[in-house]
Order: sequence, then structure tokens, then C-alpha cells
Amino acid sequence: MIEEKRIVLRNADLIDPEKIEDYLLAGGYQGLEKARSMSSPDLIAEIKKSNLRGRGGAAFNCGLKWSFAPADAPVSYVVCNFDEGEPGTYKDRIIVQKDPQSLLEGMAICGHAVNSKQGYIYCRGEYPYVVDLLNRAIDQARGKGVLGDFDIEVRMGGGAYVCGEETALIESIEGHRGEPRIKPPFPGVAGLWAQPTVVNNVETFTNLPSIVLNGAEWFAAIGAPNYPGTKVLTLTGDVTNRVSIEVPTTATLREVIYDFGGGIKEGKKFKAVQVGGTSGGFIPESLLDTPIDFDSMRGIGATLGTGAVFVMDETRDIVDITTRIAKFFEHESCGKCNPCREGTFRAYEIMKKINQGQASVQDIENLTILSQVMEKACLCGLGQAAPSPILTTLKHFYPEYQARLQLN
Amino acid sequence: MTNSIGELEKDANCIFVIGSNTTENHPVIGMKIKKNVLQNGARLIVADPRRTDLAKIADVYLPHLPGSDVALVNGMMNVIISEGLADLDFIAQHTEGFEEMAALVAKYTPEFVAPITGVPAEDIRKAARLYAESGNSAICYAMGLTQHRTGTDNVKSVCNLAMLTGNIGRPGTGVDPLRGQNNVQGACDMGGLPNVFTAYQAVTNDATQEKFEQAWGVSLPSQNGLVLTEVINKAHHGDIKALYVVGENPMMSDPDLVHVEDALEKIDFVVVQDIFFTETAKCADVVLPSACFAEKDGTFSNTERRVQRVRKAVSAPGEARVDWEILCEVATRMGYPMNYDNSEQIFEEIRTLTPSYAGISYQRIENGGLQWPCATEEHPGTPYLHKDGNFSRGLGAFTAIDYIAPGELPDENYPLRLTTGRSLFHYHTGTMTRRASALNEHVPTAELEVNPEQANALGIANDDMVSVSTRRGRLEMKAKVTDTIAPGVIFTTFHFTETPANLLTSSEFLDPTAKIPEYKVSAAIVEKI
Amino acid sequence: MITLTINGKEVQTPKGSTILEACQQAGIPIPTLCYDPDLRLAGSCRMCLVEIKGRPLYAASCVAPAENGIVVETESPGIVAARKVILELLSARHNFNCQVCEKNGNCKLQDYCYQYGVKESRFNYGEPTNYPINDPNPFFERDYNKCIMCTRCVRACEDISIVRAISVENRGHHAKISTAFDGNLTDSPCVFCGQCVMVCPTGALTSKVSAGLGRSYEVDKVLTTCSYCGTGCTLELNVKDDRVVGVTSNRTDTGSPVNKGALCVKGRFGWDFINSPERLTTPLIKENGEFRKASWDEALDLVAKRLGEIKTEFGADSMAVFTSARVTNEENYIAQKFTRAVLGTNNVDHCARL
Ligand SMILES: Cc1cc2nc3c(=O)[nH]c(=O)nc-3n(C[C@H](O)[C@H](O)[C@H](O)COP(=O)(O)O)c2cc1C
Ligand code: SF4
Ligand code: SF4
Ligand code: SF4
Ligand code: SF4
Ligand code: FES
Repeated sequence: MIEEKRIVLRNADLIDPEKIEDYLLAGGYQGLEKARSMSSPDLIAEIKKSNLRGRGGAAFNCGLKWSFAPADAPVSYVVCNFDEGEPGTYKDRIIVQKDPQSLLEGMAICGHAVNSKQGYIYCRGEYPYVVDLLNRAIDQARGKGVLGDFDIEVRMGGGAYVCGEETALIESIEGHRGEPRIKPPFPGVAGLWAQPTVVNNVETFTNLPSIVLNGAEWFAAIGAPNYPGTKVLTLTGDVTNRVSIEVPTTATLREVIYDFGGGIKEGKKFKAVQVGGTSGGFIPESLLDTPIDFDSMRGIGATLGTGAVFVMDETRDIVDITTRIAKFFEHESCGKCNPCREGTFRAYEIMKKINQGQASVQDIENLTILSQVMEKACLCGLGQAAPSPILTTLKHFYPEYQARLQLN
Repeated sequence: MTNSIGELEKDANCIFVIGSNTTENHPVIGMKIKKNVLQNGARLIVADPRRTDLAKIADVYLPHLPGSDVALVNGMMNVIISEGLADLDFIAQHTEGFEEMAALVAKYTPEFVAPITGVPAEDIRKAARLYAESGNSAICYAMGLTQHRTGTDNVKSVCNLAMLTGNIGRPGTGVDPLRGQNNVQGACDMGGLPNVFTAYQAVTNDATQEKFEQAWGVSLPSQNGLVLTEVINKAHHGDIKALYVVGENPMMSDPDLVHVEDALEKIDFVVVQDIFFTETAKCADVVLPSACFAEKDGTFSNTERRVQRVRKAVSAPGEARVDWEILCEVATRMGYPMNYDNSEQIFEEIRTLTPSYAGISYQRIENGGLQWPCATEEHPGTPYLHKDGNFSRGLGAFTAIDYIAPGELPDENYPLRLTTGRSLFHYHTGTMTRRASALNEHVPTAELEVNPEQANALGIANDDMVSVSTRRGRLEMKAKVTDTIAPGVIFTTFHFTETPANLLTSSEFLDPTAKIPEYKVSAAIVEKI
Repeated sequence: MITLTINGKEVQTPKGSTILEACQQAGIPIPTLCYDPDLRLAGSCRMCLVEIKGRPLYAASCVAPAENGIVVETESPGIVAARKVILELLSARHNFNCQVCEKNGNCKLQDYCYQYGVKESRFNYGEPTNYPINDPNPFFERDYNKCIMCTRCVRACEDISIVRAISVENRGHHAKISTAFDGNLTDSPCVFCGQCVMVCPTGALTSKVSAGLGRSYEVDKVLTTCSYCGTGCTLELNVKDDRVVGVTSNRTDTGSPVNKGALCVKGRFGWDFINSPERLTTPLIKENGEFRKASWDEALDLVAKRLGEIKTEFGADSMAVFTSARVTNEENYIAQKFTRAVLGTNNVDHCARL
């Protein structure tokens, strides 16, 4: 049986998150100290070599992203994406609640790498108590002088799901309507207030202290070679144990659901699992032996995303769930680009019609074409990913749709 | 304008707007200034008794009292000189008369100027520093600066300011009068003035006179003629027997309308040539119907000296005819044949007599226009004058100018300063815009702007009907209570024949040089009715 | 220079160009809705999508940089299908009544629906859009049932007019163009310059002054200079049957050097005095205090005779001419020539100062 492996959550429940002294005793800020003994290019090269990939969903090579920021920019920013708007996801909150200093240290390491003096944490609006915790942590770090000349400020999110998209997040920090920007320019070149800006997820940052301290090779050897390290997963839905765990990325879905989740609740049968949040693909029983790493999940038309694992038992109504998801996206579309603004609305209308048993095969065809175009044509990840639940349920659970049509 | 409109959007680092409500009266120029200030980082100084749109986005806003412009600008120059911000190299190389001017402004310390202008001394300092230290600074002004008994002084003052800081002869600098009507520039360029032929060639210059006599084949008068306001005054005394008015409306636009009407009545024979039956046409003996801009070919010269084409789009209504044709007909009937096939032929004649237009032809301005001076067919036109500080007269001359109070200051009987101007939605005497359906529907009447403090004291609420009176007349209109106007000052527009604001203004105090009446200051009283 | 392949053809384009610009230089047409060369890029309508070989997503060519070596298809089956879907999505929220629409014949939505054969939308699910059309301003109509949310109007208001009277309110499908509190433009900072009308690709924003007077394909456009203030903006008079029926913008640098198409409310909406029934149409002569119509010959002879008599009797300097800051250079020249050469006086002036 596969074991948990704790990098990000190494201090969880072992130290008092309110006390920086505890963190320091546990070896905190040694990574930063080591990082500061390295030159920026060396540090970036080291992170690149570790092959740490972003934990916010897109899995972009972290060191590579940093290397895009011009080294000589007079002003640049480090932004932590702590928007965590994905329903069913709470891993970033767990990480920060259990070990806030680890995030600050990770951001300061990044600050040294990209020569930035100012960091921002964009925190989900529903987490005001975590904002307080973070502010206390920052005060303590300032008091101890561990951050040096790097400073961090917490900004409260506006509540819209799309604000988790990095450029919409930047717009939101700037005080504008939370809408994604067109890329290029990427934030690394022109982000916050048009200055070079590195945006990373909480989990990405909190991996950094250990990587710097133990070296790139150490990290690269853990888990799947293409997506090394661990992943924090949050189990929800019809599993026996709704827990959060940190496992090496070689773990399979079956291991996650059965070994850690304790299998399906009340002895019922498994029907489907959706990984990565609302926009994740639905995965049937036959694909449960897929490892959770980003590329393997891609391979089966699903996504690792944020690491939310939503398990559905045999009693669940796939069409109804998909309709609710469609409603979520209809509600969360920012309205900037055409295919998403209009597409999420019409997709929800069609799903409602199907769900009410009033749809024809033609309606499903229309929905399919619409979804296929949205995947490729939308401006940002929201619209591109929104059709995924529809397309994957149509693929793996078509009989459930068919059953609805027969009501006609 | 010494410089070009486009430079106000791109090249100027600081713009000093004085006596111009640019966003209402030159809206597209206003957009460019706003773009520069709000998006390209230029600084903005606005001096105006009304808190205009531009004033609201200005770095420094100077709500100076109408008529106190010279004092204000002298104050700014005092600061620039005493703080060592003057461009001494430029002054030494390109100007004369500096010492005299400097000696005069020495007494105009901000503290001295503050009570005259109503502007805090510190703001005058700020404005002076901003203008002097921003790199390329431009000055824009309009009728708010010129329509005073000291109009010429006011203009010379801002020229002093520009020379003092070397803000001349580079893109984004200069002194830019924003001309009110579409072809004021052209009317002046073409010699529609009593003292000059085309291109400002003096009628009193013998060589010039000879050139024109040769070209036109007649002998010409050699002493300066009368300016418009002088004509009206002379008419009053019965000394003008015939007046021929082409597309003007003095019965709305001139000061003290009762006086104008009296004068016109005394003239034996008045001809009015216009597109509408104007207030002035009513006083005429013969009215001749003319074509409007859409019905003829020709050229206009805009405020940045750009000569552009006007093209005929439709036929004139009824028997209306093009203005030049009518004048040529009269000339011919008076025994001096004037025959042209088309406007281009006239333009060709203009070129031969007008050095600054010599290089311009219809063909060359088919696309885009050209800015004079343009001496030859090869000359690309002149976006800005006085390049590298080279003035046409050799050295730029400073003028030492003392502040003179407006002719009619408030007193017990008329305690307020009335100032007049325009609305975005109307144009001049309203001849055209009052007959443009949408504009007239949107703004059908004049309003009197009154400061809330003032309104309170007078017991006036927004939209109340009030009367406004001066020594010359009385009008009734709706009050608009607004804090965009300074206390002690009231404002209305002169577009509306129902409430002709120039019934109130005075023709008594003329600028001694330009003979511009003091529209911008009349002592007035407001009462609730 | 960048070298890329578009539709199998090698194309060179300067560094920094977008794929759209590269296509335009190569003469390859790309449909666009939100793109406007004078406005900040939005990249939001997704009409200009192209396929780049090896990339999973379609690229919006108006914002995608042309990169060395990329292989671009602009009308692949996938792209055509995507554009159709996009047009059908727009159609589903659009109130088509082209037969009475002011924009008929000059409408991008209409053109592209025609080009891509979009007759009916496959996505007419749910409630049709039904925004009230009731802005009382006298200048232009706002019919958001014809809006395609390209935000060109918002960007023009912000970046050309620098007013920001309008913005996008609400989110998702319910997003719409609106003033700050969704009120009338008359209660907003709007200055009615109509820059928004100028850039709107559909019939959502149209002039009320021109309504019903002529369709875009019936009018001739005559380039001329505005007759109001001294800025000297270039505008196009739209002419149908020898009558001015509207004003539009020439948006080129050369054609419209001062304003590049931007106008103010007077220039854009204040033209119909030209057709006013109050225009003078015949000469008038005053007799016993009353005006009567006269022929040109009679009137001109009278003027010539009286001026001649007065000149003889009282001398040239008893006469004066007021010329005009509103007539052409040529006319001003003739007026002063007439004053000086014919009347024999320098008493000529105009209201430059008034
Ligand atoms: C609609 C949408 C929502 C997103 N929400 C989040 C989020 O809540 N948290 C997050 O870290 N990344 C989110 N992302 C991904 C970010 O855009 C970005 O890729 C990420 O912050 C980069 O960090 P990483 O490289 O460390 O993963 C979202 C993306 C999209 C398109
Ligand atoms: S895909 Fe959706 S959320 Fe993203 S920009 Fe387009 S409308 Fe906005
Ligand atoms: S906006 Fe275009 S498509 Fe819509 S009704 Fe008008 S002409 Fe037709
Ligand atoms: S008319 Fe002008 S100011 Fe009004 S909304 Fe349109 S662009 Fe903005
Ligand atoms: S009103 Fe016109 S310009 Fe504005 S978003 Fe709608 S379609 Fe585009
Ligand atoms: S034209 Fe490119 S996205 Fe609209």
C-alpha cells in the first residue's frame, strides 16, 4: 500500500501555526537562507532542474516561469494565488492554516530568484480568518527580520471564480473588474501594474523551502518523473473518509479512493470520480488505475487540476450533476469573450432541457458541437475547461443521457 | 497656433490652459488634451473662473477672477524668475526686452497677486514651477483670454511666459490660440481685416500696395480701415452709409445689442448675405440667400494653420448661391468685372499674392491639408513655428505689462461679474445649431450659472427663473446653481435669440490694439422673479 | 522580419506584428468583430480565430503574435465550424430586423452571417434577449438587443473621447453595456460625441438624426471640413438624392489628419440645419418696412446701384464690409478684394474677436 509523503504538509499538526518560533525550530527559513547564498540565475536553474510544476492547475514548470521575468527590471512582484475558488477544493487553506510561515518563506525564495521586493497574497474572500492568521504570521516574520527586505501584503479576493485566473487576479488586485487579460504579454513580462510579476499557487510556493534545502535531485526523484513530488488532495463526495492527504504523484486514483478514502460510503458501488474541481473530467471505474500525475490524467481526458477528488456512488444522477456544473459556469463566466459568455449560457439551457427530459438527439448534437468549439476558442481557462464535464460524461455515461431522451 | 493640435496629445509634457473651456468649445482638442493628461502622463494647469471639465483633472487649478489674467501670469513669471527657473540661455540668444519685463514683474509676488486674482499664492507658485519644470510646456488659450479690454496684453503676457522658459519652437511647446469659428484663421489669413491684405501684408506698406494694385489693376486705399466695433460706433454717429454683411450676425454677436440695433438703423443701405434670416437680416434693405458649407467648394484654414478642402456635397436650396459668386456679380455690375470659373481659380490667384500659401494647391491638399507657411510646391508645410527659437522678426520681444483692472468692476448696484461663453451643444449665435434638431432639442434655452453660496444669499434655487441686468439691459432665464463657478461670478451663453446675452455686455471698453470688447466682464445684478 | 506560413504560403512580416497583421499584409482576409486598429485590443469576440499547427487551442489572430516558423490555417474546417458557432451564439441573442435596421448593408454581423451561411442559430435555447430601447437622448439610439458585446464603444469612449460614460456591467450572458447606474446617457458624463456610434459594428448604436433617411449603400460620401469650431475636423457628408442625410467619419490618418474620424456632437449630429425649411431661398428686398421676394437680377442691380451712389455721394470710407469667419478662404479673399478694389476702402473686418 502506498504511503503518504509530506513535503508541503511536513509541519502540519507538529508545530503551532501561530508561532514562528516553532517553525524556526523545525528548520524554517533555512531554505531561504540557503537560497540567498545562491545567485538568482543559479537559484532559478536549481528550481528548473527540480522539475517542480505549478500546483494551481496548469502545471507549468515553475523555474521556467521565473526565468521569463527580466532580471534587470527595477520593480517586480511575487503574487501568491490563494483564491482557491474551485468548489470542493480546500487544500491551500489546509496548507496555510497548518503552516503559514512555509508559504512566506517560499514567496521570499521566489522574491530572491526574480529580484522582487514585494509580494502579495491574493486570498479567497471566504477565508477572512485565514487572512488574519496570515497577517499575524507576516508580522512575526517581520519582527524576526527573517524576510529581509522582502515584504508581503495580503489582499482579499472579490469572490468570483474567474479571479483565480492569474491575469484576472492581477486585474482584481489593481482594482478593476476581474476579467482575464489577453496573453501575451504574460504576467512574467508585464503583470501587476505592468511590471514583471510571478504568480504561483500556495502549494507551489510551499514546496520551495524543502527543494532548496534538499536539492533539486532529491525532489526530482520523488513521484512521477514528469511531474515529480507530491500532491495534496482533498477527498469529497461519497467516500468513507473525506480527508486531505499528501501523496507522491505516482499514486493511482484507485489507491487514493480506496486506500486513503476507505472506499465508497455505506458499501455502495462506485460510479464516477471527478478530479481537479468543477471543470474536471468525469472518470469511470475502468480508468481508476491511472496515476494522478498531470500527464497521466491528461492522457485519459481528465485533469489533475487543484487536486480535488469528488467521488460519486451508484445512486448519483450524472445528468443532474452535469446540469448543476453547467449552471455554475453560466454563473461564473466573466462575460468577456463570446464563446464562453454565450456558450456557458446556452450549454446550461440545453443541459436543463435534457435534465427535464425534453431534449432530442439534435439538442445533444448541438451541445457537443458547442462544447468542442468552446474548448478551443475561449479566451481563458474557465471557458476552455467548462465543457469538460459535459464532454466526458457524454463519452463515459452516454446511457444516462439516452435514458433522459427516452422520456420524450 | 504656433504649434499643432496633435502635439497636445503626444509631445507636450505640460499644458497650461487659460481662458479656454476646451472640452466644450474645441471638443476634439479637449479629447486630445485629456488623453495626454490621463493616459500619457502630461501635467495640466487650468486657469479659469469656471471649474471646467479640464479644471477637474488639472494638477493645479487657478480659479482667477475674470479680467485678472495679466496679474496672474505676471505672478507666475515672478516665481519663475525669483526661483531661478527661467531659461537664461534662450532669453540671451533669442529675445530682447527681458530686463524691463523682469523689473516690472518684480513687484508681482504671489502674495501681491493673490488678492487681485482670488487665487492662493501657493497655487500660483505650484503652477509656475510645473509650467517651468516639465520639459515641453504648451499654452492654450481662447476667448477667455482675448475678450477683455486688456486682451492684447493678456496674449502678450502668455507669450512672455513661453519665452521666459524657452517653451517655443519645439514640438509640444508654444502659444496656441484656439480659434472659435471654423475659419477665423482663414478669414484673417485672407486679409479679412482692415489693416492687412492676405498673409498679414500691411495695407500701409507701399510695396505691398503696389503689388496688389498691379494684380488687381486698380488703385487701392492706403490707410488702415475701421474694425468692426468702430464701424458700429461710427454708424451710430451717422458716418457709415452702407454696410455689406457676409454671413455674420452682429445683432447677436456684438456687444450691447441695443447700441448695435440703433447703429444699423442709422445706416442708409444694409445688405445681408446669409443662409438664414438672421437677427441682422431683419435690419437689412436687401437680403441675399447664400449656400452653406455643404453646398460649395473651397478651403478652410483651421486653428493650427492647416488649409483643408471643403467640398460640395449637395445643391444649395432654391435660388441660393455661393457667396463668392454673389460678390463677383455685384462687383461686375459696379463696373469691375470679377469672373472666376470655380473656387480653385480663386485659390490660384490667392497663391500668387500670398507668400505663406504659395506652395499650397488643391491637388496637394486633396488628401489631408497643409499647414502654412508653405512657400513652395516642395515645402512640406510647417507643423510648428519659430523652430529653434528663430522668430520671424529676429528676436522675440518681451513686453512689460502692468495689470489694469477691467473697465466695469462690480459696485453696489451691480455687485457681480457676468462672463459669457459657449455651450458644447451650440455654436456662436445659434444660427445653425438652433436649427439642428437634435442639438436644439437637447439644449433649448440659456441658463445662468450661479455659485451655490451666491444663490443662497439671493434666495435662488436651481431652475428658478431669475433676471440678470447690467447697465445695458435685462434678461430673464433659468438659474443653474453650480459650484463649478466661483462666487461673485455668473455665466451665461450667447447662443439664444430669446435671451441674447450681448444685450448685457458693453461696447465701451475696447482693447486699445485689437479693439476687442470686454465680453468677459460686465458688472451685473441677479434677482429672483 | 518574421517568417511564418499562412494557408501554405510563406509570409514575411515585421517583428512585433500580430498574425492578423501578417494576414492583412499578405492579403488574406480574416473576419473581425472586436478588433479596431485605433483601440486597445480586446481579443474577446474570437471571430478572428486561426489554427496554429501543433497547438491545442485556436489563437485569436488579432492578439496572437506572429512567430517565426509557425504554420497557420485561417479557414480550416475546424476554424470555419468555430466561426459558425460563434456567429450562431451571437445570433441567438440578436434581434434581427435587417429590413428596418439603420445598419443594414454596413453591418459586420450581417456580412459574416452571409459569408458563413448562418441562416438560423442552433442555440436558440432559453429566453430571447429583451432589453428596453428607451434612451431619450436626441442624438443616437441604443438598442442592446442588437449588441454583440464587442466593447468597441466602451473602448472608444475611454480611449478616444476620454469620457468613460459607459462600461460593461453584470457578468456572463447578462453582461451588457451600460452607464454607471444603468441610467440614461443624459444622466451620465456622456458628451454625445458619438465615437461609440462610429465604432459600433452593428445596429446597436445608430444616429437618430439620420434615421430613415437613407441606407449605407444608397448614400454617397463627400469628404469635407466641419463648419463649426476652429479645430477643423474632417467629416463625411452622406448624400442621398441631392440631400445631406447624415455624417460619418473618415478614420484614416491621411483623409482625416486632425481628428482621425473623432468628432464632437455638433459635427456628428448637428448637420440637419442644412435641410432646414427656414433656409433662405430667394433674394429679399425691403420695401416700406416689409420684405418681398425678388429676382437675382433685380436684387443685384439694386445693390450695385445703391453702393455706387453712396460711394459717389459720401466717399468710399462711408462704406464697410463684414466678411465672415464661417465662409471659405476663397470667399474671404473675394470679400476683401471687393471691399478694397471695388468699394475702394479698407473697412473690411469680421468677427474674429467676437
Ligand atoms: C478560471 C480559472 C480559475 C483559476 N483558479 C485558480 C485558483 O483558485 N488558484 C490557483 O492557484 N490557480 C488558479 N488558476 C490557475 C492560475 O491561472 C495560474 O495558472 C496559477 O495561479 C499559476 O500558479 P502555478 O504555476 O503555481 O500553478 C485558475 C485558472 C483559471 C482559468
Ligand atoms: S473564457 Fe469565460 S471567463 Fe474566460 S474570458 Fe472568456 S468569458 Fe471570461
Ligand atoms: S444589426 Fe446588422 S444583423 Fe442586426 S438587424 Fe441590423 S443589419 Fe441586421
Ligand atoms: S457619445 Fe461619446 S461620450 Fe457618449 S458614450 Fe458615446 S463615446 Fe462616450
Ligand atoms: S453597442 Fe455596439 S460597439 Fe458597443 S459592444 Fe455592443 S455591438 Fe459593440
Ligand atoms: S477580432 Fe480578434 S478576438 Fe475579436
